[in-house]
Amino acid sequence: MSGIILPGADGLLFQRDRDWHPPADTPGYKSSTFRAPRHSLLALGPTRSEMTGPTFGHEKLGELDNDLIRNFSQDGNEAIGQRMIVYGQVLDENARPVPHTLVEYWQANAGGRYRHKKEGYLAALDPNFGGFGRSITDENGFYHFRTVKPGAYPWPNGGNDWRPAHIHFSVFGHAFAQRLITQMYFEGDPMIWQCPIVATIPDKAAIDQLIARLDRHNTTPMDALAYRFDIVLRGRRSTMFENKLEGN
Amino acid sequence: MKLHPVPVLKESPSQTAGPYVHIGMTPNFCGITGVIDADPGISMLTADAEGERIIITGRVIDGAGTPVNDAVLELWQADSKGSFVAPMAPNSNSVPAFTGWGRQPTQPDGTYRFETIKPGRVDGPDGRPMAPHVSLWIVARGINIGLQTRLYFADEAEANAADFVLNKIMDPRRRETLIARREEGPVPRYVLDIHLQGERETVFFDI
Repeated sequence: MSGIILPGADGLLFQRDRDWHPPADTPGYKSSTFRAPRHSLLALGPTRSEMTGPTFGHEKLGELDNDLIRNFSQDGNEAIGQRMIVYGQVLDENARPVPHTLVEYWQANAGGRYRHKKEGYLAALDPNFGGFGRSITDENGFYHFRTVKPGAYPWPNGGNDWRPAHIHFSVFGHAFAQRLITQMYFEGDPMIWQCPIVATIPDKAAIDQLIARLDRHNTTPMDALAYRFDIVLRGRRSTMFENKLEGN
Repeated sequence: MKLHPVPVLKESPSQTAGPYVHIGMTPNFCGITGVIDADPGISMLTADAEGERIIITGRVIDGAGTPVNDAVLELWQADSKGSFVAPMAPNSNSVPAFTGWGRQPTQPDGTYRFETIKPGRVDGPDGRPMAPHVSLWIVARGINIGLQTRLYFADEAEANAADFVLNKIMDPRRRETLIARREEGPVPRYVLDIHLQGERETVFFDI
């Protein structure tokens, strides 16, 4: 394996590739106009304050926290919509699993309507769908949850902009500098390529990383489709030693 | 000579947290009750926590001067002795006296508010203690990638003047965008407005 010589930098995170992420100011996504810092970010190698981060115990999660079909409903009712399992692995840039980390997710209901007082779309609320859940990854970095496929919806940006079906994700990792929020899209959806928020990401290969793949092997027969969505967090530099990675 | 492997995967690209971030991160705050008992990070400490109780508060303001009422802030800090809370063992269900981590939504007037303790000093990369500070991370509609910054304390002038990070900011006026003023009260308040853009734009970091 090739390497770079960086004495004394063991355990630091790889620098974030800002060209892979969306820039702050993206005129096609109008909300960024007054919320994008105009000064350059100040480069700061992570210190102990950013190389550490919060952790979460497994047992703090409730049994239904990762079941959006049932976690908000009353009296055993279930949410309406295309039932599906979303699962995947949280990895770092070294392709190593990130175990025991909190993954949170939220989404619109099957009609494309969020349960939120600011929501203006006329699609109906589902009384049995809250739209929020969470998991902690297992020892191999895997998470999974059950939900219904979110609908696409119109939003005020251009005159007639629609969001493709998507699920929001928040992931922690083990260092505060790894903190990431992103969105998951669905394989084969033509609306992905018409969305001004997706288009804030400059590189098509980066967008592809956010598209979950239909996974027929993990469907539940006569019940739920399955989509796989892997998430990559920043990784740490590690010293090469006899072809093994040391530390972290 | 040490060799470091090059990364084999790319980090997943960020996307905005969107206008409904409170559904996912502070569900009880936005009326989605009954799923989880309390919003994560709403409380950072129990009565047993050691250290000076303080409130960290201020507003988040956009480039047009409008309060940002749909943001979420996360805070990560050392305890009163300058140590970070050790990682929790998997399957642990104990609640530490101080977690070091807080998460708060902004209110309709753009205000955020953390009840915490004043952090101790943590060693910086140069081996000298950094001035007491908390790390902040801000997400909202219109923010394409979470903004990372720090909050320092005005009554630590001597430590601030020698701080490794503050001294990386060349313009002393911009340094001031990270320093919260202290207001005395039953619980002292440290107040700092975060300006996403404009004349008083906060210093944000590429960490």
